[in-house]
Amino acid sequence: MAIVPNPHKTTGFLGWIDDRFPLTKLWKDHLSEYYAPKNFNFWYYFGSLALLVLVNQLLTGIWLVMHYKPDAAQAWDSVEYIMRDVPWGNVLRYLHSTGASAFFIVVYLHMFRGLIYGSHRKPRELIWIFGCLIFLALMAEAFCGYVLPWGNMSFWGAQVIINLFGTIPFIGPDLVIWIQGDFIPADATLNRLFSFHVIALPFVLVGLVVAHLIALHEVGSNNPEGIDIKKHKDPVTHIPLDGIPFHPYYTVKDVVGVGVFLMIFLGIVFFAPDGGGYFLEKPNFTPANPLATPEHITPAWYFGAFYAMLRATPSFAGTQIWGVIVMGAAVVILFFLPWLDRSPVKSIRYKGPIFKLWVGAFVISFVLLNYYGMQPPSPTGTLISQLCTVVYFLFFLLMPIYTKREKTKPVPERVPHDAH
Amino acid sequence: MMPTKSILKNSLKALLATAALVAGPALASTHALPYSFTPDTGNLASVQRGARNYMSYCSGCHSMRHLRYSRMAQDLQIPEDLLKANLMFTSDKVGDHILSAMPSDAAKNWFGQPPPDLTLEARYRGADWVYSYLLSFYVDSSRPLGTNNLVLPNASMPNVLWELQGLQVEKTAAHEGEAAHHEGSPFEAVTQGKLSAEEYQKWVADTANFMAYAAEPGRAQRVSTGFKVLLFLFVFTILAYLMKREWWRDVH
Repeated sequence: MAIVPNPHKTTGFLGWIDDRFPLTKLWKDHLSEYYAPKNFNFWYYFGSLALLVLVNQLLTGIWLVMHYKPDAAQAWDSVEYIMRDVPWGNVLRYLHSTGASAFFIVVYLHMFRGLIYGSHRKPRELIWIFGCLIFLALMAEAFCGYVLPWGNMSFWGAQVIINLFGTIPFIGPDLVIWIQGDFIPADATLNRLFSFHVIALPFVLVGLVVAHLIALHEVGSNNPEGIDIKKHKDPVTHIPLDGIPFHPYYTVKDVVGVGVFLMIFLGIVFFAPDGGGYFLEKPNFTPANPLATPEHITPAWYFGAFYAMLRATPSFAGTQIWGVIVMGAAVVILFFLPWLDRSPVKSIRYKGPIFKLWVGAFVISFVLLNYYGMQPPSPTGTLISQLCTVVYFLFFLLMPIYTKREKTKPVPERVPHDAH
Repeated sequence: MMPTKSILKNSLKALLATAALVAGPALASTHALPYSFTPDTGNLASVQRGARNYMSYCSGCHSMRHLRYSRMAQDLQIPEDLLKANLMFTSDKVGDHILSAMPSDAAKNWFGQPPPDLTLEARYRGADWVYSYLLSFYVDSSRPLGTNNLVLPNASMPNVLWELQGLQVEKTAAHEGEAAHHEGSPFEAVTQGKLSAEEYQKWVADTANFMAYAAEPGRAQRVSTGFKVLLFLFVFTILAYLMKREWWRDVH
């Protein structure tokens, strides 16, 4: 039976493949004929950088697992074995531990970009939702990974986080034992968190990243102007007039971003892998000890904001569950962003000053929450955290009102200035 | 676009100012140690002396169970015969980890808890903490072993270095007021040790430098690799930028 020749008219080896697998089609659809707006700015580097960090985590993770022992009696020693006896093991581990922090930095900046340029607005709601799911999976992944070295902060961090489930009425205490597989975080806990960290969650993460990119390439990228470039296409070629092929234009541009990013990232990896005690915390340089509570149990810095909200919420009606609900709501509310923003324009560039003030207040609140989440509890800290939690939620809850009411500037039909 | 940009810039400035305000007191409020110290693991002679100090005075009770004698000898450029003759007291195999000979159960009976492993002490508490700790034993008759420590109150470790340092007592409140102008030390010597105060500080600095090395033997290698990596990336990024500029010439 003769096969139908492929539409790309490729011949030779590539032609043989294209007759059986859409290799050229995939290349064209996602790179060489994927038309992206020509006016991407600084904020648009963080998508490709997030992918780079993901690949870094996967590769270094594979090699770390070759030497790591998921066993409460051996985990700690195996990490020091990696640090000392495995050739380049220390660099592998620092790449992975610094990569975790870098992932959150890059993802937070990527999400902020979406927020200010309205990249979540119609028709990109699903891209945003997949992104929020990635963020959620990333938080779970980071938590599981943080426990694996089985240092003392790993142990007590696990204790605190797993005990959040204990606040659920009636079933809470039993649920905690079921999750831990023991009465305190122990060998069974370490084993299941290891399983989640190296198998379940990476699968979910990679799958969601693929979904995120498929959705993006279906509707096309937004841009800092929030202008729909598909409205003005070349009448003959049907190529958007303000679009340029992703490859080679954005591949060569992103490579520059990668160079700058790696200088900062590897600068930390090679010269300050502790990250001033924030990327690798001092209390985690002593093995897990259920009898010695660290002076202050703090989460990794990237959970600081959510931890601050948890602590800032007072207990009420004899239960602590309200803090857990507030913390959870702070993540869940992100999913609704596409429907909370009612402004007729997408980009902050054409929105009024009230939106800009709210964004400013939101960013300051988020930074302050992150900071106070890492500090020992204090009355001032609690008060500021409470205030910032309120601002965080009001930013989202009042958004339908202030974005709808505010006067916006007219958005031009075409991308107005030259690129670069 | 200017108004947006300037608003973004202003908010960024406000944010940085807030961060600076908040971070300032936080940095200042870290636990105050009586002495300040910055480890120098690049000073090979000092780290070698520190290894000698550690093996002679500390390793009897404190293991470094993650550090091998051979790795230490290799990193500190100590020939094997010297290593075996002067630094190995509990094992004759150079590939062994540095383990104390003290039985853990007996140690627990003697001191209330076994002496902790010190491989990572300089990363757990800090080399500056180790330095201060070793300078801060003082006579306190209320303690079972006759000494206490200012940095780790009610420490169960006896003052094993008293022969070197001599004994010291805490300055009383009255003394402290007048002495504060001359020197930062919260102690005054009661007896003279084998070493002068200055020699003892140097001895402790050497030991703390060795412990900083032991906490991360791979440090020197990662730092030297880091310079090469950054040099490569610097050239790479310039070339990548030139390539980007060339490709983007036709985008208007």
